[in-house]
Amino acid sequence: MSKVKSSEPLGTHEDDSPRMRAVVGSDRIEEEIFGRVFDGKVAQRIWQFVRPYKRQVAISVAAVVTYTGTQLTIPLLISYAIDYGMAAEEPQSLLLKIMAIFAVIVIINFISSRVQELVTGRMAENVLFDIRRAMFEHLQRVSLSFMDKTEVGRLMSRLQGDVNSMQEFLETSVLAVGDLLLLFGIVAVMLWLDWQLALMVLTVIPILFAVRILWLAPARAAFMAAHEANSMTNGALAEAIHGVRAIQAMDRANLNAELYGQLVDNTYKAQLRASKLSQIMIPIVDTLTGGAMAVVALAGGLMVVSGRIEVGVMVAFLFYIQRFFDPIRSLTMQYSVMQRAMASGHRLTEVLDVDIDVQDAQDATSLGDNDDGSVEFRNVTFGYHPEHPVLKDVNFRVKSGETVALVGPTGSGKSSSMALIHRFYDVQKGTVLVGGHDVRDIMQKSLGRHIAMVLQEPYLFTGTVRDNIRYASDWADDDAVVEAAIAVGAHDFIEALPLGYDTVLAERGSNLSLGQRQLLSFARALVTDAKILIMDEATANIDSYTEMQIQKALRRLLEGRTGLVIAHRLATIRNADRIIVLQKGQLVEQGDHDELIELGGLYAQLYQLNYSSFDDLPDKLSDADRALAT
Amino acid sequence: MKKNAKSDHEGGADRIFRRTSTVDAQAGLGAIARITRMSFRYPIMAGLALVATVAAVLMQLSIPVLLGRAVDQTQAVAASNAAPETLYPIATLLFCASVARGIFTLIQNYTAESVGHSLARDIRNLTYGKIQSLPFSFHDRTHSGDLITVGMLDLEGVRMFFSTALVRTVLLGLLIGLGATLLLSTHLALGLLALSFVPFAGWRSTVMRLTLRRTWLILQERLGVLSQVMEENLSGIRVVRAFASSEHEMAKFEVASKSALKLSHERIETRVKNTAAMTMAFFISMGLVLYFGGRQVASGEITLGTLATFLTFMAILQMPVRQLGMMVNGYARASTCGARLFALIDHETEIDNLPDAPDLKITNGTLKLENVSFSYAGNTDLPALSGISFEAHKGETVGIVGPPGSGKTTLMHLLPRFYDPLVGSITIDGQDIRDATLSSVRKAVAVVQQDSFLFTTSIENNIAYADPYTETQQIRGVAESAQLHDYILGLPDKYGTIVGERGVSLSGGQRQRLSIARTLMMKPAVLIFDDSTAAIDAGTESRIRKALREYAKDRVTLIVAHRLASLMHADRILFLEHGQIIEQGSHEELLKLGGRYCDLHDLQMRPSANVLATEVDKL
Repeated sequence: MSKVKSSEPLGTHEDDSPRMRAVVGSDRIEEEIFGRVFDGKVAQRIWQFVRPYKRQVAISVAAVVTYTGTQLTIPLLISYAIDYGMAAEEPQSLLLKIMAIFAVIVIINFISSRVQELVTGRMAENVLFDIRRAMFEHLQRVSLSFMDKTEVGRLMSRLQGDVNSMQEFLETSVLAVGDLLLLFGIVAVMLWLDWQLALMVLTVIPILFAVRILWLAPARAAFMAAHEANSMTNGALAEAIHGVRAIQAMDRANLNAELYGQLVDNTYKAQLRASKLSQIMIPIVDTLTGGAMAVVALAGGLMVVSGRIEVGVMVAFLFYIQRFFDPIRSLTMQYSVMQRAMASGHRLTEVLDVDIDVQDAQDATSLGDNDDGSVEFRNVTFGYHPEHPVLKDVNFRVKSGETVALVGPTGSGKSSSMALIHRFYDVQKGTVLVGGHDVRDIMQKSLGRHIAMVLQEPYLFTGTVRDNIRYASDWADDDAVVEAAIAVGAHDFIEALPLGYDTVLAERGSNLSLGQRQLLSFARALVTDAKILIMDEATANIDSYTEMQIQKALRRLLEGRTGLVIAHRLATIRNADRIIVLQKGQLVEQGDHDELIELGGLYAQLYQLNYSSFDDLPDKLSDADRALAT
Repeated sequence: MKKNAKSDHEGGADRIFRRTSTVDAQAGLGAIARITRMSFRYPIMAGLALVATVAAVLMQLSIPVLLGRAVDQTQAVAASNAAPETLYPIATLLFCASVARGIFTLIQNYTAESVGHSLARDIRNLTYGKIQSLPFSFHDRTHSGDLITVGMLDLEGVRMFFSTALVRTVLLGLLIGLGATLLLSTHLALGLLALSFVPFAGWRSTVMRLTLRRTWLILQERLGVLSQVMEENLSGIRVVRAFASSEHEMAKFEVASKSALKLSHERIETRVKNTAAMTMAFFISMGLVLYFGGRQVASGEITLGTLATFLTFMAILQMPVRQLGMMVNGYARASTCGARLFALIDHETEIDNLPDAPDLKITNGTLKLENVSFSYAGNTDLPALSGISFEAHKGETVGIVGPPGSGKTTLMHLLPRFYDPLVGSITIDGQDIRDATLSSVRKAVAVVQQDSFLFTTSIENNIAYADPYTETQQIRGVAESAQLHDYILGLPDKYGTIVGERGVSLSGGQRQRLSIARTLMMKPAVLIFDDSTAAIDAGTESRIRKALREYAKDRVTLIVAHRLASLMHADRILFLEHGQIIEQGSHEELLKLGGRYCDLHDLQMRPSANVLATEVDKL
């Protein structure tokens, strides 16, 4: 790799010679994401997807057998016609009879080839779409920590590229069965016609196998390398597309193009090598074909001269040799298809095998209308890496219908707490309870219906404004959508859009301002009418005008609902029934506004300073207060 | 006039990457011609591929002739009791012809694929460069999933063209052409029978070509939709999980997937129907040759060897006939993929260097906007900015505040030329930024953006993004200014820690600080904070502000913020509403004015329950 990058982290490295710190695409090796154990069961996994189409497999195999049979018969018919239909003394009616049989065979050939290709082709497509579906469905359930560390581009390359390269394999695999059958059929017919000549011709087979075995390992390595290089390059392209604004802002286009050029060159070289290896088999096979033909021309010719065989048999042998190497040749090609497919299949099964950390317990219950909206943390300890806990022994309880503001400096564990309520991750110690049930005992879908969430960053989907608002509430009608939009104050700007609620949002809603996107994500949460509402720092990005609307909407929204709000602003905090103060993963203070004022701790000082935002708290004060609290 | 041309052009962009109907026959043909031209930029490899193809065809053709000769000689030897040694030369020739065929086929395939790979390399570089240089307005309108499809799938279609379509056409053309000459000159009637399937196959493949091309196009679109569904889902997986809406997502996937599958099936049907018919025609010809040839052998008009030559030639032709479909598919694919790829590559870069544009020269560091107006494409009756004029000098800090949609971000995006104003001018030290090189403008005007995209690489590389050759001390320095250094030292790999795609593993505030650090690295003449401290707590923000006090002396600093605390220290504050500056002055002046700014200040700085309650109730 000619890629230049820094290998040592800064700060531990004092040698200050300038070096280039630039890469495009991922700066991470494939293996890290998926592990590198080859389970050797790829074919078996793929078979699981083929199994539902057993009937189609049977039909296409039957069609392939028939088709192969017709192919074997035609040279025999020709040989027969030469030896018996073309002699001057024979009646012409024999040739006509042979031709009639020929016609029947051709019709059978036509039908069987159509059936075989159609059934196989459709089945292959179905299997592919099933595989893609299974992968996609699996990705809906794998742990978020996996999704956090895996680039979307890489996953997409599996869902697109790898699935597509399986297509070629599946479509040709039934044909490969036909080729193999043809091979054995030809051997059998040749042995039947004349076993001595046949054996002489067939000596080429062991040679072919020996060559194939030598060729196997380097070819496989080359195909893998080409695929990996290609995937790296595509990853870099995806990065350039997604990060184009940042790249332009920092004027890196030229350097990136240079670095990308290096990746492209690597891909080019790897692909050329793979191509070289896949083509090298052709002259070898052709040399052996030539040898076999020469044997027939010579030994077969001598046999004809000695009267041992008819000339028609010799012609049939020549035909079979032509046909004999065809399946070997296409099997060789199918071999490289198969290599690619195995590599792709390996990557596909890796996706399918990613662990699902968070899943429904067998006896998981469903939260119903009778379950309240309470939330409780009991001795919760949690870290994304267990050795670095971000929450340490946190205890609190939020009663149903209560509104709690969660406050604390950046990195204090507020967002992590919210993620735990939703069971995005499982705790290492302790219990998180929702509606009085351990979240691990609740069906995830039911938990999702019980909790509405507004994330730190509004994420919108391509589609109309209306579809985005009722994203999580299929049941919501147009009135409910409009009502929610009015409640959060989004109605006016939506109406001002070219097509109102039917305006199609650009990617991620980029044709809206951040504040407008926030409002839509509020409306989306509001329309779900869940018992618990979680808002994660969402207010931070909204200007005061919009925030006024939100405050108003929140007051209405939180009536009869449990609210957990990560809040920065006193305005929001003051409306809460209770305030929980987190610092460095620990709960340091809690109570309502008056209690906390009376306590004279962190919150009180903050309030007295008349800061508008809790975050305006200077660090020193916060440290001092922590000393007070502990 | 200019506006019309622009909006037409933009409509075109949408059509090219989204809708199927506009990749018309002409564009398809044009694409094929262009791919062919580009392939011959590698004249040695392409030439070699063609020469090897010709040689391979000649060897291929010699085999039936030699086989026929072998049969005839065998019969002659048998009849005359001649010495069997006369069979040696023909056997040797057969062997040599076959070896030569193998070698030439190897050369043909390898060189053809190499041309394809070279072509792919060129197109990849072109596409990448283009995507990076197309302006924001293009990316606003184009779905990234569509671009990825063009860059990955369409590229494959174009790459395969030379080897699977072009070379194969030459191969088949020569094989049939030379073979026809050979057969017809040997025996006219029998030759005509042997070739009778060719016109039928040609007709079927034309029909197939047109159908396949149409279905392929629609299939690509549907696969694009499918990709988009998957990509949005995976990128927004947190939202999906938060609302437990995987069923809804699966339903969306199902719809997109089924519609693509249906078309895939149609494609297979078209292909199979036609190839089976072509094979059938081939066998009918073969039967006719066998019957009439057989009668002529019987009557002694031709030798058995000649008949064998005819039949072997037809057998040799059988494979390529079956592959006609693939070849045709190669054309159909290349024409549609190529049309889309070239539409992207040829897309006009609306914001580009003027010919011979000089670099921007920073002298006094004065930024001046005069009567600037702007509106987004397709929204011309709703100006995003109108008549904006202001001036800022080196060392000055200007705050910009206003309700959402008032045009703050739009204004900030005009300064580094992410967009060009429709009216008015932006100058830096008297030079219109449209007259200087884009690169020098972007270096001079740096924006810390609202939505900070982080690259999947180490923190160190991310900070040094704009200046990868910088020194370690510099990186550390900006990280300290952005109040990020201590946090980084707490990470397992310190500055070498890889941050995930879109910085998932960092909190919003940490990402913003990283974004600030990498922008500071640029040492621009105009530094813009575009609402980029919203997720940073105010304490940290004020420390960043302090750390930048010296830094700010050498440049113009523009701060867009909602939190007044972030910008009330500014030398001047502009209040934007409906794309216009409605108030400006220092914090004190604006408070004294008692206008919109003052209202905002009251709201934010006195959050007593009463004020809030009355404000809320007023809504």
